[in-house]
Amino acid sequence: MSPTDLIEWLTPYRFSWLAVTLLPLAGLLYGIGMKVSRDQGHHAGFWRPLSFFLGLTLCYMVLHTQVDYYGQYLFFMHRGQHLVLHHLGALLIALGNPVWFWRQAFSYLPFKIPALPLKLASIPVQVLQHPVIGSAVFFGLIYFWLIPDIHFDAMLSHELYLIMNWSMFVDGVLFWLVIVDPRRPEVSGMPGYGIRLLMIVFTAIPQIILGAYITFSRQNLYDVYSVCGRAWPISAETDQVYGGLLTWIPPAMMEVVAALIVLSMIMRRERESSKTHTKLDTLTAGGKS
Amino acid sequence: MKKHRGQVVKERRGQVVKIGAWVLTISFLVFIGGCADDGMDWHSKNISGLMPELSFELTDETGELVTAERYRGKIVMMFFGFTNCPHYCPATLSKLSQVLNQLPDGIREDVRVLFVSVDPTRDSVEDIATYTDNFASEVIGFTGTENQLRELAKRYRTTFSYGKPNDKGNYDVSHGLAIYVFDRSGKARLMILEDQPIETITADVKILASPE
Repeated sequence: MSPTDLIEWLTPYRFSWLAVTLLPLAGLLYGIGMKVSRDQGHHAGFWRPLSFFLGLTLCYMVLHTQVDYYGQYLFFMHRGQHLVLHHLGALLIALGNPVWFWRQAFSYLPFKIPALPLKLASIPVQVLQHPVIGSAVFFGLIYFWLIPDIHFDAMLSHELYLIMNWSMFVDGVLFWLVIVDPRRPEVSGMPGYGIRLLMIVFTAIPQIILGAYITFSRQNLYDVYSVCGRAWPISAETDQVYGGLLTWIPPAMMEVVAALIVLSMIMRRERESSKTHTKLDTLTAGGKS
Repeated sequence: MKKHRGQVVKERRGQVVKIGAWVLTISFLVFIGGCADDGMDWHSKNISGLMPELSFELTDETGELVTAERYRGKIVMMFFGFTNCPHYCPATLSKLSQVLNQLPDGIREDVRVLFVSVDPTRDSVEDIATYTDNFASEVIGFTGTENQLRELAKRYRTTFSYGKPNDKGNYDVSHGLAIYVFDRSGKARLMILEDQPIETITADVKILASPE
């Protein structure tokens, strides 16, 4: 790929202020947070920042490069775009533990952010992170934007298109922040590990059903791509089958990965607790002798 | 008994979540309500509020540079195609010519069909003029540079692409199938879909052209 091709590929199909301000700002605050942590003697490590910046870059790429063009004119590319925004990219961002680093960055800022806007902003976050509401919204949004009439309108209206993509991205990040929160539930107030596993199952099953339905449907469910034209000649049936598979299999695999991460948290917790018990036992035994 | 910090956080959250859930539900319902259509019973797809008003700068079939302003006060039906199109474009222009034939005189003269060729390499202004002469006199052909055409296509959320040329240099052009209908003030109102019968298109155009 020549530099000209690369520049052309990186040029947004449609410029978005949201993408060029919010995503770099999130990255910048994370970087400042890393520096503050290091100054306080807490090293951010290698994997968490890598995961965060990889997720952020992937989300930027699907939102604000020529990938977005293909996402608008091919159903399966649109599903790939949402796979990144709602699952892969969002999960990678959440694995970077961004809230911790953003908090560190806020403490470093030369001005104080007023408490009221922060409190108000935290209300929808808390609602969307409630185990039942959060899970219902997580798979409900996928269903909502894939209702054929709603999908048709979202692909015609630029404003609705932005709302669709950003709602998927924000909801994805909020959901995975609950699932992979590294703090102990007793400290964070987040749901326990068992509930997190249930949230994963509760959200995975409807997605699998929807993906399978789209894949095996004989009807042309999303005719907006025929009406508005496809980015390259591909039949409506093939486009829909690929799109259905992308709604079905990779998200299910991502949920399995998330479940393994939660299981590893449970095991680590048990190891730590058994170590504490052993220490206590030793101390108690020492005291008796 | 002293509560865990997590327990306190959870209890506070429970109250916030209850209020927030209501606010979220109401906001969602307001959002859905805002997406509602204009209350009219159209046969075509209602795109009021979904797409931008008619705006372009293109070369018409006489070679004149024209903007959308020229068509204010007219009902405009616009679609993208190319003169070498084997099926869809001639069938669509023929269908729209029949729609025009079914309109009463007072309305017909206020309707224009804009055929925008997205194949500027092969379709010269003269070719487009010869092509549109095969249909109703209200059908007007347009072309532009590829950049102008891409910008217009992007504005109306459609695209086009070119297939590989064969031995004779002929190639296929993939393009959108929608016909966009704009009212007299240039507002996007309807989208006519591929399989829509002539009678229903005529009925919609009549309603759109009638004084409010």
